[in-house]
Amino acid sequence: MSTETQSPVLVAGEPGAPIRARRRLPRYAPLGLYAAGIALGAALSALTGFSTALTVVYGAVLGTLAVYAGSRAVEGGRKATDRLVTALVTTAFAIAMIPLVSLVYTVLEKGLARFDATFFSNSMYRVVGEGGGAYHAIFGTLIITALTAVISVPIGLLTAIYLVEYGRGRLKRAITFFVDVMTGIPSIVAGLFAFALFTLVFGNDVRLGVMGAVALSVLMIPVVVRSCEEVLKLVPNELREASYALGVPKWRTVVKVVLPTAVAGLGTGITLAVARVVGETAPLLVTVGLITGTNLNPFDGRMATLPVFAYYQLTQPGTATQAFLDRAWTAALLLIILVMALNVVARLISRFFAPKTGR
Amino acid sequence: MAKRIEVSDLNIYYGNFLAVEGVNVSIEPRSITALIGPSGCGKSTFLRSLNRMHEVIPGARVEGKVVMDGQDLYSPDADPVDVRRQIGMVFQRPNPFPTMSIYDNVVAGNRLNNRKMKKAESDELVERSLRGANLWNEVKDRLDRPGSSLSGGQQQRLCIARAIAVEPDVLLMDEPCSALDPISTLAIEDLMAELKDRYTIVIVTHNMQQAARVSESTGFFNLNGVGQPGRLIEFNPTEKIFSNPDQKATEDYISGRFG
Repeated sequence: MSTETQSPVLVAGEPGAPIRARRRLPRYAPLGLYAAGIALGAALSALTGFSTALTVVYGAVLGTLAVYAGSRAVEGGRKATDRLVTALVTTAFAIAMIPLVSLVYTVLEKGLARFDATFFSNSMYRVVGEGGGAYHAIFGTLIITALTAVISVPIGLLTAIYLVEYGRGRLKRAITFFVDVMTGIPSIVAGLFAFALFTLVFGNDVRLGVMGAVALSVLMIPVVVRSCEEVLKLVPNELREASYALGVPKWRTVVKVVLPTAVAGLGTGITLAVARVVGETAPLLVTVGLITGTNLNPFDGRMATLPVFAYYQLTQPGTATQAFLDRAWTAALLLIILVMALNVVARLISRFFAPKTGR
Repeated sequence: MAKRIEVSDLNIYYGNFLAVEGVNVSIEPRSITALIGPSGCGKSTFLRSLNRMHEVIPGARVEGKVVMDGQDLYSPDADPVDVRRQIGMVFQRPNPFPTMSIYDNVVAGNRLNNRKMKKAESDELVERSLRGANLWNEVKDRLDRPGSSLSGGQQQRLCIARAIAVEPDVLLMDEPCSALDPISTLAIEDLMAELKDRYTIVIVTHNMQQAARVSESTGFFNLNGVGQPGRLIEFNPTEKIFSNPDQKATEDYISGRFG
């Protein structure tokens, strides 16, 4: 090759050809084609008795085909494929969103009826019909969840630290294996485990809030271990080595370098683990039971919790069926809000505690 | 302060793999010793074995003796943590602690070891160390900013300041300039020249001009082939290594005839 010839700009097509001006569909064309598709879809669905869902399905399929064909004619094969795949991905996303939106909508619609001050300030003590609330269940859920966190977070976090920083060989493999097994334990089995354990120790017919916390811990510990382990693995080894090279012992390196570096991820992981267990019903059903009055002492007798509250409102309505159903929906709404709030908290933690780059 | 290191019959292993074999060398105090050689020949491994950082890697172990001023670093009653307090290290990639400010990074060695210091005392230490690392003028107005807000060359000098803040006797540097531009490299080379009055410095480098510029003695590591252990081929004053080396292999490597 002589250096005098200009180096050609390579484009798809002829080597050495100049870059072609790109022919594009005008911006409004896809919109118009989809609108036409939907109109045609409406007509098609009218043939079999009009329905909105069918119109949307027909419209999406027809519109996509039209845009693909038009794009292929004007813009060429690569761009047409791009538009087709974009349409497919968007459709998949829309389908995935349908259950979520529908669920949130339904719960909001039915739960807002009793989302009032009485619901938050009254228990179900001596309530058989209208009125009443979930004061006792809200606090029961908060207390039992907090107790679960108090049990699970130290065990889970320390296990994760052992696995990442200290564990070697057979013991590490065994712990990893059993954590995997624990992740798959059905929640009712966790409940029965706690039930059996406390029955063995305290005799028959024991019902305590702490039993529920133990049962939930069985479910929460593996989640905490897994998420904390992943986060600790992300801490660069160079930081540990930098600390060792300053003559810092290993345990101090873990406490003062590794954990602070990972604190955002640890907080997020733990919060999401709490969110994972806060709505559990089955283990609480067999261990904590339910009462109508307020019991805030997890070491003495039955307690009410939101999921179990909702379950009993639904399955055992008294004479005023609608009042019980309304309370069940509101409890469900409250649980969703609780889980969402925990997710928001997790995001805030990861934003505010992340190491600052300062650039 | 600066101390002599005597290494005798040192074999370094990763598990069952012998990575470096039979090193005998004496590293002089108050001087810069450079280690050169092709990639994978065990320079860094040897360097890490001098302050017992090698054994941090699972399965890694060492046979032989490393004696610093009469004290065997690998004797059963030598505490690796104490060894590392006396022999500091600067790594290839700058690694300031991301959760700490510039100030906290410098005093990290003391803080992490829970040594209590008065505010004035630690202020003084920070200024002394940062001046020692040629960084003070650039960062004195923003000591509370995160260490990761600095440029790569500044971060590396921050790491040097952090290493000298604990006042070690020996400073090990594992390719400290390989990620830096020529200006930052020059700053660090100047710094090494100043530091050698007080410390014993050992530096691993791929840059032979750098070895020739800064060091008094140079060691050449080589290996016969893949899977073979690396060996210290020649250890001599830098002038001799670069003008009239004893070994043919050294001459070939330095003049670019290798492989």
